[in-house]
This record gives sequence, structure tokens and C-alpha cells, in this order.
Amino acid sequence: MKKGIRDILSASKDTGWVLEPQAKHLFSLAGLEVPRFTWATTEGEAVRFAQEIGYPAVAKVVSPRIVHKSDCDGVAVGIDTDRELTETFTRFSQVEDFAGVLVEEMVLGLELIVGAKIDYQFGPVILLGIGGTGVEVYRDITLRMAPLRERDVESMIKDLKAGRLLEGYRGSEPINRSELIRLLITFSELVMDLEEFIESIDLNPVICSSTSCVVADARIMLKETEERS
Amino acid sequence: MNFNALFKPKTLAVIGVSLNNDRHPANVIYNKNNLRFQAEVFPVNDRGGILQGEMVYSRISDIPQEVDLAVIAVRSQMVPDIIAECIDAKVGGAVVISGGFAEIGRKDLQERMVSLASEAGFPFIGPNCLGIYSPPHMDTFFLPSERMVRPDRGRVALISQSGGTLVDQMSKFADEGIGLSLAVSIGNKALIRELDLLKYFAHDTGTDVMAFYVEGFEKNEGRKFVLAAGRCPKPVIVLKSGKSPGGSRAISSHTASMAGDYEVFSAVASQYGVVEARNEFELLSFCEALSCYNQSIEGRIGIITTSGGHGALAVDACSSRGLSVPTLSDQHQAEIRERVSSRVRAIASFSNPIDLTGSAVDDDFIAAAKFLSSMEEVDCVLILLLPYTPGVTSDLAARLSQIYRQAGKPLIAYVPHVEKYGIFIEGFEFNRIPVAHSIEGTVQMAEAMRRCQPC
Repeated sequence: MKKGIRDILSASKDTGWVLEPQAKHLFSLAGLEVPRFTWATTEGEAVRFAQEIGYPAVAKVVSPRIVHKSDCDGVAVGIDTDRELTETFTRFSQVEDFAGVLVEEMVLGLELIVGAKIDYQFGPVILLGIGGTGVEVYRDITLRMAPLRERDVESMIKDLKAGRLLEGYRGSEPINRSELIRLLITFSELVMDLEEFIESIDLNPVICSSTSCVVADARIMLKETEERS
Repeated sequence: MNFNALFKPKTLAVIGVSLNNDRHPANVIYNKNNLRFQAEVFPVNDRGGILQGEMVYSRISDIPQEVDLAVIAVRSQMVPDIIAECIDAKVGGAVVISGGFAEIGRKDLQERMVSLASEAGFPFIGPNCLGIYSPPHMDTFFLPSERMVRPDRGRVALISQSGGTLVDQMSKFADEGIGLSLAVSIGNKALIRELDLLKYFAHDTGTDVMAFYVEGFEKNEGRKFVLAAGRCPKPVIVLKSGKSPGGSRAISSHTASMAGDYEVFSAVASQYGVVEARNEFELLSFCEALSCYNQSIEGRIGIITTSGGHGALAVDACSSRGLSVPTLSDQHQAEIRERVSSRVRAIASFSNPIDLTGSAVDDDFIAAAKFLSSMEEVDCVLILLLPYTPGVTSDLAARLSQIYRQAGKPLIAYVPHVEKYGIFIEGFEFNRIPVAHSIEGTVQMAEAMRRCQPC
């Protein structure tokens, strides 16, 4: 395991989960694509970065207290101006244990969820599904034991009820299938390495387009400390 | 560890027989083996004495012959010492019937047994189980012979965590004409567990299919089990209880919340070609189908019937289970039409389902089955047989089975299961064509072959 990955995990031990900016850093170290982002602790930093990558931008609250950001209105998408961004920053800074704002480029495409869980009976398993905030409503998901073989990934994609959306439905372009396959296999290998440290991971959404599959949000839940050696 | 002494013993010691209580489990086991099975059986009780005119040995080491298997039915506190005695006496293995271990909180007793046995390489089944039914060698179930329903000898091994479920399945096997090679109740599975038996039966020449009833696996044990099942050339069927979601533990990730124990088991089983039976009915049909046909199909079904209604219901059942019923081309339909009898030719429908109508005779079934079995587009044929069709005889099953043996495409029959049609049902069973109670049942059997994918 890369040292950078190990460092992020041990820095997050006390919180029990990995904050989004650190999780994104971890996945980019592992070879997954993430949006260009910065972890801004002042309004000035946030605005400077947004100007650098260009609007529209996304802002998300960072706090060790907030696991589900959208539940507390902690995600703002389609921010178009400096003013909108500073206002959002101010609003986010009210939350408990505010630890900054994640500012990133806005990525468009089909929202999938890719997840992992260390199952008691079967060890690391990988989930693929239709993503977004409604994942647990639609529950259009499929599971396989890791490490994934290429044929497992192919059959996972086939399993999804909304699989036609991936192939380009009513005028939309098909998603880049080989990028999705690469992401799932890379992710499954990473999960095999992280087995001892993690309880579960949500990459939700992973945004897939005809060119790329980008991890737009990531959450890593760590194993209880006393179980870890 | 060598399991041969467990499953094919020549000599058997029953430890814990009572001199004054004939209903004691050990006495039931001693009696049935003494009267009905091939293994030579010796009663053991530390007080010695005479049981039904036979000498009771006070210690296992007193038995003048080498003992392959010890059946232990004494109080739990005494079991570890008895295991130690068996090891000293070079017994081949044991079945521990006694309860009173981990299931009531006495993990310490169970652990002592396991550590003694694993150190000595001494295999034992149980504790807290019925043990092994292995005809014609022996039977350690403490159920009186006259109360048990025994299936015919056959090729399916049943392995169950629950003894009650196992005996119940055995009587259903008998009812359905499914043959059994061995049945094992593993109880607390302290030492020998599902995975060990999977590996053993994978090499057992008497077994073609394994069916497991599992309540739960230990940490990572499920992973090892499916990986081993995936490598095993024989079909592995699993019925797993525990489908309802567990406690309301706070779950903070979507993945952990959606990947519950059952969802994971079900997905992983199919990933590695383990055939998951979702309920006891599927367990039976899957055992019946896979004990006749150890092969996988994609699920392109041809249907032959004499009733349009039966055909339509079968098509619906196929589509709800993800099987397809390809329509036959005009040319193929014309070819089948050519081959059937002239009365049927005029009125039958040949598009798949092939409805031969009530005028059909045996030869029409044979012609249609031969044709479908030769088609690339079809990989399994359902025969929906109505025995009251005047032109159909009880010879049909035997003739159809010849088609399977030549063409290699599995045939599955439906015959209404009433006593009057027993001769038709047996006709299929004796010729190793699985025969279902219902239309849905035939489709379930086809699904077993679709789910049984080589890994």
C-alpha cells in the first residue's frame, strides 16, 4: 500500500471515517479519477480556486460531524459567481466543527454508485448501482465478491435494471464502458488492500460520461479502532 | 484428516447405550445398525453388562477389533474424555450426538474436544447432531427405523446444520423419487464444517450433487466455501436461512445498508456458480434436476404439450424466471409438421410451444422432441404430459429418455402427481428424466441448470 494512503487512514482513525477531501486524495493516489478540487479554509482560497478552474463550481461542507452532507444542505452545485461562492462559504461555516469547504469543478454525466463493504462471511464485496441521493429508494444495485475479474464487471453492468441508461438512452451518449470497467477493477484491488482498515466505502456519485468516470463524492467508513491491529 | 472411517465404517462402537432404557438415543442407534446395516456394531457403557444377549464393553479399548467409527451419546461433560479414549484406542473418527455444548453456552467443553481432536488429526461430526446416514454401511440418526422415510439410494449428498430439516428433506426426496447418497447432520459443526464436507464429497465417487442447508458461516468462511464450490466440478446447491434483515444497527453508508447478509450471499453464490435454492421447494426441484443432468444451459426452452393452456402457462413461468422460449422459424415449423401423424398435422400448432393437441400419439411426442433436441436455438425441452390424452401410453417416458441419451439436450417432464398416473411418473423417474408436480416445477428445474454455471 502506498505510504500516502496509509497516512490518510491513520490520520482519520479518531474520527472513524475519512473526510471527503482526504478520501478523494486517497482515491487519486490509487489511480481513480476525481474532479479538480481544493480544501479551502478561507473564502479567499475558495474564490481563488474557483476562478482558476472556472465556474460553474461545486462547494461542499467539510466537518467530522457530517457524514451525509446533503441531509443538512451541505452541498451546493452550479455555483456561477464569486459572490454566490462566498455566501455559500459563510452559510457552511455555521455548522458544528466546521473544517473548511471543498471546492471542485462540476462534472456532468450519469450518476452511479460504486461501493465496498467488508462482509463478515464473505470478506470484501463490491457494489455497483444507479447512484445519487435516491440510491436507497431505487435500490438498483448488484454485488460481487472482490477481487473482481473482468467477467464479473461485465455481468454487474448487465445486472442493473437501468443498464440501458449506460448504453445511451434517448439521444444521450453511451458512457465510457472501458473506463467504468477500469474504475471497478482498480477500486476492487484497492479494497483488497484496505480490508483490514475499512468497514465500508461509498463512491456516490461516480459520474460517468462518454469520456470518463469521475469519483465526485467519496466516503470511507473505518473499522472500529479496537479491532484494528 | 481422513473421512473414510466416518462415512464408510466397517466397525461401529455406540458409546453410552443404556442397560435399562430402550428409548435412549444410543440404544436406538445400536439397534437399527445391528438389525439393518452392514457395519459390525459394538455397544459400550462404562458399567459393562449384557444388552439383548450381547456383551457390553465398558471401554472402547476393550473391543477386540479395530473400531472405525465411535458414535458418542453420553452426557456432555464426559465427551472430551471419551474422545481422548477413542484417540488412544486408534478409532478412526466419531459422531458426537450429545448436546450441551456451545448451543447452551458451554463453549469450553466444545473447545476442549476440538483441540484434542485437531491435535490428533481425529475427525468428528457434531456435537449436538443426528450425525450420518450412510446406507448400506450405517446410520447414526437416533430415530427408530420404522419411523423414518428412506429415499432410494442415489447420487445426491445432503448436508444440513439442522437435523430436523435434514430428516424432513429425506422424506421429501423419497416422495419425489430423488436418490440420496449420504445425509449428514453437522449440528454445532465444531470441527468438521460445510467446507470440509464439500471437499470430501467433491471426490466421493458415490455423489454427483451436493445440497447444503446453511444457517450461517463464520468470519470469511463463506468466501472459502464459494471459492471451493466454484472449483468443484459437481453442482453445489445451497438453501440458506436468515433472509430477513438483521437488527437495526445504525448504518452510515449506503453500501453497508444495501449489501445485507442475504443480498451478499445470494450475489456471491451466483458469481461462483453455486445454485441458490430460495426455498425448500426449489431445493427439491434443483436436487432432482441436477441429479439427472450435471450440465448448464443458457435457458432457451422448447415446450411440447397437448394443451394450449399448459403451453401458455409454461411460457409465462419461463419469462418470470428469466428463461426464453424462442419462436420457431416458418421453415422449422414446416419440418416438424412433416414429421407428425396426419391427424395432428392439420390441427396442431408448431411455433413453440408445440401444441400437439388431444389427438397426439406417442410418435408425435417423439418426433417433436427429436426435432427440438436437434435445434441450435433450444437447449432444454419441457414435456407437459397429460396422461389422459387417449393416444399417449406409459411407454413414452422410456422412449423420450433415449432421445436425451442421443442428443444430450435435457428433457424435463410434467405429469399431474396423482396415484392414477403413477406409472407415467415412474416411467420418467426410472429413466432418469426429472418429473415435476406442476408446470412451474418444470421451469424451476430448468432454472437450476441455468444457475448452475461453471465458474
